[in-house]
Amino acid sequence: MAVKKSSKKPNVSAQELQAYYHDMLLIRRFEEKAGQLYGMGLIGGFCHLYIGQEAVVVGLEAAAKEGDKRVTSYRDHGHMLACGMDPNGVMAELTGRIGGYSKGKGGSMHMFSKEKHFYGGHGIVGAQVPIGAGLAFADKYKGNDNVSFTYFGDGAANQGQVYETFNMAALWKLPVIFVIENNQYAMGTAQARSTSSPDIFTRGAAFGIPGEAVDGMDVLAVKAAGDTAVAHCRAGKGPYILEVKTYRYRGHSMSDPAKYRTREEVQKMREEKDAIEHVRDLLLTGKHATEDDLKAIDKSIKEIVNASAEFAKESPEPALEELWTDIYADDASQTA
Amino acid sequence: MTKSNERKLTIARAMAEATAQEMRIDPSVFVMGEDIGPLGGVYGNTRGLIEEFGAERIRDTPISETAFIGAAVGAAQDGMRPVVELMFVDFFGVCFDAIYNLMAKNIYFSGGNVKVPMVLMTSTGGGYSDGGQHSQCLYGTFAHLPGMKVVAPSNAYDAKGLMTAAMRDDSPVVYMYHKGLQGMGWLGTEAGATVHVPEEPYTLEIGKAKVVREGKDVSIVSCGMGVHNALKAAKTLEAQGVSAEVVDLVSLVPLDRDTIRASVAKTGRLIVVDEDYMSYGLSGEIIASVTEHDISVLKAAPKRVAFPDVPIPFARVMEQFCLPNPDKIVAAWDEMQAA
Ligand SMILES: Cc1ncc(C[n+]2csc(CCOP(=O)(O)OP(=O)(O)O)c2C)c(N)n1
Ligand SMILES: [Mg+2]
Repeated sequence: MAVKKSSKKPNVSAQELQAYYHDMLLIRRFEEKAGQLYGMGLIGGFCHLYIGQEAVVVGLEAAAKEGDKRVTSYRDHGHMLACGMDPNGVMAELTGRIGGYSKGKGGSMHMFSKEKHFYGGHGIVGAQVPIGAGLAFADKYKGNDNVSFTYFGDGAANQGQVYETFNMAALWKLPVIFVIENNQYAMGTAQARSTSSPDIFTRGAAFGIPGEAVDGMDVLAVKAAGDTAVAHCRAGKGPYILEVKTYRYRGHSMSDPAKYRTREEVQKMREEKDAIEHVRDLLLTGKHATEDDLKAIDKSIKEIVNASAEFAKESPEPALEELWTDIYADDASQTA
Repeated sequence: MTKSNERKLTIARAMAEATAQEMRIDPSVFVMGEDIGPLGGVYGNTRGLIEEFGAERIRDTPISETAFIGAAVGAAQDGMRPVVELMFVDFFGVCFDAIYNLMAKNIYFSGGNVKVPMVLMTSTGGGYSDGGQHSQCLYGTFAHLPGMKVVAPSNAYDAKGLMTAAMRDDSPVVYMYHKGLQGMGWLGTEAGATVHVPEEPYTLEIGKAKVVREGKDVSIVSCGMGVHNALKAAKTLEAQGVSAEVVDLVSLVPLDRDTIRASVAKTGRLIVVDEDYMSYGLSGEIIASVTEHDISVLKAAPKRVAFPDVPIPFARVMEQFCLPNPDKIVAAWDEMQAA
């Protein structure tokens, strides 16, 4: 990955580093557990895991403040955990239970939390991008300085609505951070086979939107880039693009055997670039934590994740009456 | 009972075989869509094609449906015969203008001066807990709009014949294949869809329904997955001494109203099975086709077994509750008797 490393690394405290480690590991263990539950038949449909990409969302959440908005695609579990949504509610949505964030109506790809300012979970590639602009529009209109983190993939970057949104966001100086999570593949299609220019962030130039590429396997680099982008948006200068170069270790979804890339390619990434290992190294070599400290974190995460799996199994299935609620805000319904 | 020349194919393989055979004889046919190349399509219907025809004719596209479907319309008008895949019918939202304003209207707008010989293949259906943006059928949505033919095979024999017919048609054809019939191992599949398919190319006439089971007490009309549910219900009814006829629509546009009317004229009763939403759709159209023609043939009010008018829920219990199944069809018969 030819990524220009962000030069200014923040002076990071032990506490911050430990928090990044915790949040990234929580996502990874949660996703591993979701994969297991899928294997056991407790989760159906397409389930898209975030394993490998944890540093992206954790780094950016570290640059956010209360009130900021976020919206993303179907690969959304990590984003929800990182913004503080309850692992129980997320896991129970995956199993389609009443205790899930959407009462089992949405599933893995469709969850929301008004409280945590998380606006989905979207299954149509690219559709969340205009929504992200709309969130920013509302905040700008209301006169606050919140920003909207609008995440999408390298594949989504080829959807027309992305560029309609770029233009509008630039024209109206909307406080949107367009986060392109470039994990190099869109399902089975490698980026070079679908995308005319290798650097997606440069596409903002045509609209006057500044952008940069970031090493998405380095949480500190992501955080630093996030700080720059956030400062730009909060200062009223309009949108900003971060193309975060990352990698997904698992298949596109649980039903993808990933034959379009070699095992060696995945193995190399895991061994040489893993974001969690990187922070672990920083913690230990910098004497910001001991092995025992990290073990304690691992243990507490295991407990959270196991509890979420238990909750997701124990929570009742939704009652059939729920089918006809929430269709309209006022529950108007049509008789058969 | 297996004949020695029996060659059972899944719908996915039948579609790929038809495409390959047509591509061998017609250089203007090419295929494009997302992951239809080396991956062979998410639902297997282009598997093996890139190995034989190469990346020029079996073209993976960016995730840019408006652009590549619009481009297919352009290429079709200019003498090509594109076969284009919209991976899930639910994704039509991002590209419908290219479909219903361009693909479907340009023959008419040109007074017949240009033709639009293209096939838009798209997967339909749910039942595997994939949520409300990946499980719809939308038969009614597509069939409602004039200018495109719409087909929906229930088995591999029909799938091959329809595919060849669609590629040879000078009008745009929307080819709606049901995920649960494709024969994809990871998804589970309806065994009845995998049937004997002749090796040589053949066409099935678009716009002709089939009576796939004869009966005299009730006509059960459906398409795609619904046909298999209807056949299972017919077996149950037979055990109760009820003789059910099953009509497989095969094509939604043109709709073979004659075959439907003839069947109902014979049986006097009609149950329509539709995995699409109930209101304003296929089930209402079938019933209206019968009643506005001759209401006197009916011995009972028609019934429909369709997906209720709710977004498709993710939770398995909820989705399964909503989907048509053989028991609901039998129950519809019982209600008809009780009425
Ligand atoms: C409009 C639309 N087209 C196609 C799809 C099918 N699809 C789902 S995910 C995906 C790949 C997207 O890749 P990318 O944007 O890179 O995100 P990633 O999965 O890598 O996170 C495709 C083609 C879809 N869901 N919506
Ligand atoms: Mg990607």
